[in-house]
Amino acid sequence: MAKMLAALFRHPSGRIGLVIIGLYLLAAILATLGLTPHDPLKLFAIDRLKPPSATYWFGTDLLGRDAFSRLMLGIRQSMFIAFASVAIATIAGTIIGLLAAWWGGLWDGLFMRIMDVLLAFPAILLALLIIAVVGPGAMTSIAAIAIVYTPIFARVVRGPALSLKQREFVDAARTFGSSQTYVLTHHLLLNLVAPLAVQVTLALAWALLTEAGLSFLGLGTQPPTPSLGLMLAESRNLMQHAPWLMIFPALTIMLGILGFNLTGDALRDILDPRTQGRQP
Amino acid sequence: MSYVVQRLLTFPLILLGVSILVFVSIRLVPGDAITAMLGTEAGLLTPAQRASLASYFGIDQPIWSQYLRWLSGLVQGDLGISSIYGKPVLTVILERFPLTLQLSLMAMVIALGIGVPLGVLAASRNERPSDLIVRVLAMLGQSTPSFVVGVLIIYVLSVWFGFVPAMGTFTPLLTDPLASIGQLIFPAITLGFAFAASVTRIARSSMLDVLSDDYVRTARAKGVTPRSVIWRHALPNALIPVVTLSGVEFGYLLGGAVIVEQIFALPGLGRLVLDAITQRDYALVQGTVLFIAFNFLVVNLLVDLAYVALDPRIRIGGR
Repeated sequence: MAKMLAALFRHPSGRIGLVIIGLYLLAAILATLGLTPHDPLKLFAIDRLKPPSATYWFGTDLLGRDAFSRLMLGIRQSMFIAFASVAIATIAGTIIGLLAAWWGGLWDGLFMRIMDVLLAFPAILLALLIIAVVGPGAMTSIAAIAIVYTPIFARVVRGPALSLKQREFVDAARTFGSSQTYVLTHHLLLNLVAPLAVQVTLALAWALLTEAGLSFLGLGTQPPTPSLGLMLAESRNLMQHAPWLMIFPALTIMLGILGFNLTGDALRDILDPRTQGRQP
Repeated sequence: MSYVVQRLLTFPLILLGVSILVFVSIRLVPGDAITAMLGTEAGLLTPAQRASLASYFGIDQPIWSQYLRWLSGLVQGDLGISSIYGKPVLTVILERFPLTLQLSLMAMVIALGIGVPLGVLAASRNERPSDLIVRVLAMLGQSTPSFVVGVLIIYVLSVWFGFVPAMGTFTPLLTDPLASIGQLIFPAITLGFAFAASVTRIARSSMLDVLSDDYVRTARAKGVTPRSVIWRHALPNALIPVVTLSGVEFGYLLGGAVIVEQIFALPGLGRLVLDAITQRDYALVQGTVLFIAFNFLVVNLLVDLAYVALDPRIRIGGR
């Protein structure tokens, strides 16, 4: 892990990506601890729609709430949803992919066809279907994004797991009497860390994007909890008078996705020597 | 078994799975269907009326029999009646589909028109400043969600140029082609933006792969001009991954239209899905989701078949 981080830091785009992710995590932690410049929910009635200044770094919104503090809380919300949903998708997808490869035959066919069915929907549409059933909210966003990305992880794991299963060291371990669980977790899973790491990082970028998209549509995080997508959506009616309410959430969403994309690409470069210096 | 046959055989299976998933999800919605249909008036029903309605709509049957009944309607093009519009779901969908189809196609043309030349340019100037600029732009483009692009475009147009894009209405392509394309141009740029970035990246890396192939070196050694090597010898092969990407992305464009149509207030299929969800018109949710997924699957199937036609190795070896 430490070695991977060091390698990432030596990679030019990996370094930029890591710095961005670091800053976002810092903002999320500070927001969780309540260390925002102002109370993100407090209405400063006399300071409505104030442009950026020394007091309100990113200005205030229509209700006189501090945009910078709200963005920090929005980052926390987005990061929480992204990390939670990708964690669930990684675990579920890895288990399904491993078992499909290990058991093979009928199970493999059944599991992977179910994954194919989930992949038959454009991601945002499947998420919308789930929201239609359960109703909007942060927890629904987590569940929806997790379900959308589970099949992708199942596919990423199944392919390499199938070829690992044929290798001598796995046969040897089984001959020595290692339990099925031990072989699966120690021999197969450990060898899948590299492709999984790349996929996790890129999935985080997608999860951030999807979360912001859902809350932009009003179907994600519900007000008054600030969320990046909703802040951007609300800024549309005020863009003439208060463009800062639009610019900062837009940049925050973009930069966050960029951070994970850069890191994911750098990881892929580092872990796959064939593409060294080749991927953009 | 050849890849094509296998692909054609699993297609109906996946389709069946998709229909089961959509059907079951909608049945999981809390509350019963009669209350959903009648709203507060459902409270006025006597138990006997309720029971007779339930039997009329077949919702007193076990779920598998409800599913079979629904499926048999489905194959005859009967997707139920929309409660918002009071019309058959399929009719409503077909009214809205042309806009979304045109929007997605325009987005695709824009993305390929920008992405392929930029990717080729970057690959042919590998590691030179113009390559680096294209790579940075592509990375930024890929990280910019369509709703950010859309909001920024509206801002620039309306605040800087005092121009408000036409919203809420749509001129069909056949009525007035120019007006129709003009009306969708900004939404199409919004939708195609991130896609153009992915096309650029894929075109660049696949072009780099091809440029290091032996046959390209041979062509160069024969004295073919650099321009001809790139456009005539290398590009056709380099485009194969772009075709695959386009197929997958086309489905995502259909899905992404949900957000873009919302931003530009366009009456397309994406808006329809959102309206159906917010107004709890479950027959419409079911129908639209199924319709989009069906199109997504068909496009993917066609792309896979095109891929086989373009790359004969798959026909024999499987993948």
